[in-house]
Amino acid sequence: MAERKTPLLDELEKGKWPSFVSELKKAAAANERAADLLSQLEASYEEKKGHWKHGGIVGIRGYGGGVVGRYSDAPERFPNVKEFHTIRVNQPAGFFYTTEKLRQLADIWDKYGSGLFNFHGSTGDVILLGTSTENLQPCADALSEIGFDLGGSGSALRTLSSCVGQARCEKACIDSMDIIYNLTMHFQDAIHRPAWPYKFKIKVSACANDCAAASARSDLAIIGTWRDTLKIDMANVRDYVGNGFEIFDRVIRKCPTEALDWDADKKELQINSEDCTRCMHCINAMPKALSVGSDRGATLLIGGKAPVVKGAMIGWVLVPFMKVEPPYTELKEIIYNLTEWWADNGRNRERIGELIERVGLSYFLKAVGLKPVPQMVYAPRSNPYISWDPEEVKKNG
Amino acid sequence: MGRTDFGPPNFLEMLPAVIKENYGRWQYHTIPQPGVLKHVAKGGAELYSVRIASPRLVSSDFIRKISDIADKYCDGYLRFTTRNNVEFLVSEKNKLQPLLDELHVKGYLIGGVGNAISNVVHTQGWVHCKSAVTDASGIVKDLMDELHEYFTGKIKIPARLRLAVACCVNMCGACHCSDIAIVGIHRTVPKINDEMLTKICEIPTTIASCPTGAIRPNPKTKSVQINAEKCMMCGNCTSVCPAIKIMDPPNDGVSIWVGGKVSNARTAPKYSKLAIPFLPNNPPRWPEVTDAVKHLVQVWASHAKPDERMGDWIERIGWERFFKLTGLPFTEKHLDDFTHARTTFRSTTQFKF
Repeated sequence: MAERKTPLLDELEKGKWPSFVSELKKAAAANERAADLLSQLEASYEEKKGHWKHGGIVGIRGYGGGVVGRYSDAPERFPNVKEFHTIRVNQPAGFFYTTEKLRQLADIWDKYGSGLFNFHGSTGDVILLGTSTENLQPCADALSEIGFDLGGSGSALRTLSSCVGQARCEKACIDSMDIIYNLTMHFQDAIHRPAWPYKFKIKVSACANDCAAASARSDLAIIGTWRDTLKIDMANVRDYVGNGFEIFDRVIRKCPTEALDWDADKKELQINSEDCTRCMHCINAMPKALSVGSDRGATLLIGGKAPVVKGAMIGWVLVPFMKVEPPYTELKEIIYNLTEWWADNGRNRERIGELIERVGLSYFLKAVGLKPVPQMVYAPRSNPYISWDPEEVKKNG
Repeated sequence: MGRTDFGPPNFLEMLPAVIKENYGRWQYHTIPQPGVLKHVAKGGAELYSVRIASPRLVSSDFIRKISDIADKYCDGYLRFTTRNNVEFLVSEKNKLQPLLDELHVKGYLIGGVGNAISNVVHTQGWVHCKSAVTDASGIVKDLMDELHEYFTGKIKIPARLRLAVACCVNMCGACHCSDIAIVGIHRTVPKINDEMLTKICEIPTTIASCPTGAIRPNPKTKSVQINAEKCMMCGNCTSVCPAIKIMDPPNDGVSIWVGGKVSNARTAPKYSKLAIPFLPNNPPRWPEVTDAVKHLVQVWASHAKPDERMGDWIERIGWERFFKLTGLPFTEKHLDDFTHARTTFRSTTQFKF
């Protein structure tokens, strides 16, 4: 293959951090699509602009999504990326792999595409970067052979993702990986056939540290928590303090609700459990001594999203606590009710959080059959413009 | 037609024995050295996870090379993190040091665990996105070349620091809740190709896409027109109508946001807020962006208390002191005029000088 000149991108092979340009070049050495991607990217660096056209409709038989159409706006200069579509492949929960499966993915994508991946895309999929329309179907067939299905795209349920959860974390209050695997299998149609006003994302974090960024990045966030008291191993607390850990500065005064106290004489950590909001700070600071409670479940938050279009939202409390155990029947019903209501009422490109904001939280709660509770708000209303149902007024006389 | 809707592989097939046996039974973890996690299960089983940096955009060659390493030391299992690091899962302690040695020799960067700068969550950029103002992969590479010692633990910091880069205001990369976020922005009103619009766009959908009501019909051209005073350059119209173009390379640029987070630890999750409204889009090395981020990291690291995230630190000292300590100008650009505006105006006489 002819040597390509990429003086600007070459700059990005210098320095200590692993270089994506070196990855592009490795792929380009054996793959014409990757080689033209490298050349087109060099042009973007020169001109400070992208060279991809607005999408296009391409697909796999039996699916309404999972592929994102991509076309170069300069196919005469970069013919091998004239068509350069993305395939989204649903990742295994927790991003765990056997090397056998990884090698199979690498072999398939070398054969059918650019040999370039994102491990992983922002939503969680393995992203297969770039192939032609004609290669989409054989590539999807080959992926199917090794047990990998497509992820979500467009106005569909997007690929679910989670933190590592009980696979490797002592703080996990719920089985985040099993929840997303189970929901993913249950909602296959919603993932693969876009039928909604816009995208809908679900992420699961097994504790309030929210390593999956669920509250910020998913329309429905499922976050593990507990209802009883966090557990204290007093011998280990004393070990921390004995080893110079400044328990007062690092933990007691950092507790957001002043629920903790340190009795220096008795060398005892005391907790007022009713005041604890389970923020995780003390557990994070003393993982050997403190741990999550026993009566575990999840908080659901609704509406999280990035800015487009009415501003960013961090999810709002929808269900303060519920048990989340297989087969997750109640959770599935809630998801079904939420998405049905949104599908019926949402405008084009309106996320569920924006719809709730437009119609009002009380209207939404009634529609999906949930009762208002104080945990849903920071404070009750401070304006006098209360809505009354005429029936309610009649009944009260 | 082939089979459909069979879903991803069951994760249980992807777990090493030590994880299968101790699933849900982990008791605590420690960080014996930067980049290494030691998890201990009830019953005493141990798992060492070694975290390395990845450029996220990787070749099949990269995948095969990390697979070779995992075959040698981890019985053929590995995982990725939500921030695109690679983790080698070692269940036999005697394999830990040889793994670390091999990773060092091969030049992989080990780190990103605990109070450190972990890998940067970022978007697709010019590599593969139609709406990219800038190239996320390039900015990440430049930033982390400069900041890698915060990843490897050579330089210590008071708390976690999460960086994110998004190529446009769609913010596909969680920039709205990161300690420091870099976001590509437009500063000029989109331009309309009237002839193309009448052929390929639905006018009512295009008008409805505008969150500020800036788009209305243009009877003369049978197309639409944009009220420049109302337009906030969000780009939503360009997503529904390809005849509206917002790219303007000489005037587009990069903005910097601070103080967001997703964790509930101590304080509620927070949005990132504007620190620097505009820096030039200056590939391949974006020196202005790298300098600005490094400066923000250094000011925070030298003033924050232990475990105090960027946003918690700023809330304690106040935004007025943040602007003073960083030397950044506070301008009319920093005043919110959109959906969160009212929550940002100060209704108290409590402030600092």
